[in-house]
Amino acid sequence: MLQIKNLHASVEDKVILNGINLEVKAGEVHAIMGPNGAGKSTLASVISGKDEYEMTEGEILLDNEDITELDPEERAHKGVFMSFQYPISIPGVSTTNFIKTAINETRKSKGLEDMPASEMLKMIKEKAELLDIDRKFLSRSLNEGFSGGEKKRNEIFQMAMLEPKLAILDETDSGLDIDALKIVANGVNKLKNKDNAVVVITHYQRLLDYIVPDFVHVLMDGKIVKSGTKELAYELEEKGYDWIKEELVK
Amino acid sequence: MDLKDKLLTSHIAFEDQLKADSPLHDLRSNALKVFETKGFPSKKEENYKYTSLNSLLKKDYCIAPKSENTVEFKDVKQYFLHNVDTYKVVFIDGVYSSFLSETTHDGVDVCLLSSAFEKSKYRPVIEAYFNKAAKEEGITQLNTAFTKEGAFIHIPKNKEVDKPIEIIYFSTGNEASMFIQPRNLVVADENSQVQIIERHQSLSSNAVFTNAVTEIFANKRSMVDYYKIQNDTAEASLVDSTFIIQQRETIVSVHTFSFGGQITRNNLQFRQEGEHCDSILNGITIIGDKQHVDHNTLVHHIAENCESHQDYKGIFDDSSTGVFNGKVYVEKEAQKLDAFQQNNNILISDKATINAKPQLEIFADDVKCSHGCTIGQMDSDALFYMRSRGIGEKEAKALLMYAFANNVLESVKIPELKSRINKLIADKIGVSLGFEL
Repeated sequence: MLQIKNLHASVEDKVILNGINLEVKAGEVHAIMGPNGAGKSTLASVISGKDEYEMTEGEILLDNEDITELDPEERAHKGVFMSFQYPISIPGVSTTNFIKTAINETRKSKGLEDMPASEMLKMIKEKAELLDIDRKFLSRSLNEGFSGGEKKRNEIFQMAMLEPKLAILDETDSGLDIDALKIVANGVNKLKNKDNAVVVITHYQRLLDYIVPDFVHVLMDGKIVKSGTKELAYELEEKGYDWIKEELVK
Repeated sequence: MDLKDKLLTSHIAFEDQLKADSPLHDLRSNALKVFETKGFPSKKEENYKYTSLNSLLKKDYCIAPKSENTVEFKDVKQYFLHNVDTYKVVFIDGVYSSFLSETTHDGVDVCLLSSAFEKSKYRPVIEAYFNKAAKEEGITQLNTAFTKEGAFIHIPKNKEVDKPIEIIYFSTGNEASMFIQPRNLVVADENSQVQIIERHQSLSSNAVFTNAVTEIFANKRSMVDYYKIQNDTAEASLVDSTFIIQQRETIVSVHTFSFGGQITRNNLQFRQEGEHCDSILNGITIIGDKQHVDHNTLVHHIAENCESHQDYKGIFDDSSTGVFNGKVYVEKEAQKLDAFQQNNNILISDKATINAKPQLEIFADDVKCSHGCTIGQMDSDALFYMRSRGIGEKEAKALLMYAFANNVLESVKIPELKSRINKLIADKIGVSLGFEL
């Protein structure tokens, strides 16, 4: 589904991604771990199409189609979703109106009519229940005055509504207490199927107890330096990242 | 001959056509003297530093239409709040149009200033209020000198007006260019309530220069909501001066929606004479091309335990220019005051300009006064966030602009007006969204 080949990216001439290769197949869960400043969030932003990063080399393929020249909204229409590490608040626009607009814009790009209001309401109700979100909450301005956990839950709610092909969860576990973490993970697991894929970006192994990855990759200095299965995450949790550095030096 | 000379020399002829025994004769003559001395405002004055009327003063205006003009209702229907019942006071080229109007004397007086001047039963109200709030500024007194017509609204004690009142001034463009000076007087007596919408609309591409003056008197415990829709043609300019005097326990709000026009200058002055007053000044400005909108506000706090809230949002595209000069003046007697002023601006184009100048003058020592002013571009992180969810760039920007202006719209109390303004904003931004905020 997603193929990243030799991806190099920089911001203001500072190289952040330095030759990333990654392949994610439909039905898989991948975890990307790494120390601070390794380039994890940059990778997520570059896949989503944030234009402040300059892609200097390589390609990103989604279902064998090169998406590197596409705008963020075009990528979204093709099924790319990123859950933000720091979701933006938009005073004056309710979550409901925001998601309605997002869904209908996506439908419009595919030549479909707006989703009928009754269907939209039903879907909102269903997905809000899945993530244990009070519906009153959805009529509040998007992310405004939300706690860190509420913001993250709202991100997964939007993901549930948009039903993306490829979901990238950037540090979704940060700011979540254990109960909220379980709810969010449970939501993600229920949305997971053989036709979609999830890339989990995280510092800690904790989230991976609930969203179990098929593969774990270690990102350091803009490169994937080690890949393995979920056991690698435990090893990282226990030993930190230094041993990988040492291994690399050898 | 420049406009000032033309006006000065034509005043005798102007007064001649009015009733000779008009009680306003002295008032008009004195006002003309003020204008003669002070003239039109120039950029040398601090208050007009960023707004020049020079380009407007060079034109050769018709200052009184030669004949009575008419317009068809179907041609102007769109400018009315047509899906809601309202009282209407409508003028065409400064002359009252009984055909388009719906006035009343049933419990409240919604009629013409000219008839209020003529009829003896209104004399006490005219004597008590007319020109009592208007300031001694040259351009304001020019209006007084030529006061002939406008809306007269008098709400008696304990009366809540059952529907909104629309005041609309059309200019037909039958004259090459027109100088119009409407004058409105609103008196809300004790414990009364009224909602008023004012609009100036040119119907052609000929130049129009309107010098409007409105005086509003809110007596004890009354509530006045005043809405100004400024969405005129690119050839129409407006100096709109509104003077409000509030007695105790009154709430007066003025919303100004500035989307059109060439040069628009709003002088909005509140004077709180009694305790427990609340003054609300809200504005949304969305302009482009070479349009210019200037909001010059003053809230004069004289009594204790009062509040004022100002919230002005501006979105400026192309080479448009905006001015916000908001002054809060707190006398030393005006203790326990809560005054709030907010002015936020977005510059969409590199060539757009905003001159923002908050001004607080505080002589009391136990007050809460705050002000905030921001000038920025569209938030790029918010744009990326929205786009990453599939919302196209244009729609994302529109949504952000909508959201930006939203809290000002929220306080509009007439739902039909709110949705009209909503639509005007959507049109102005050039998108249609699937929902209303």
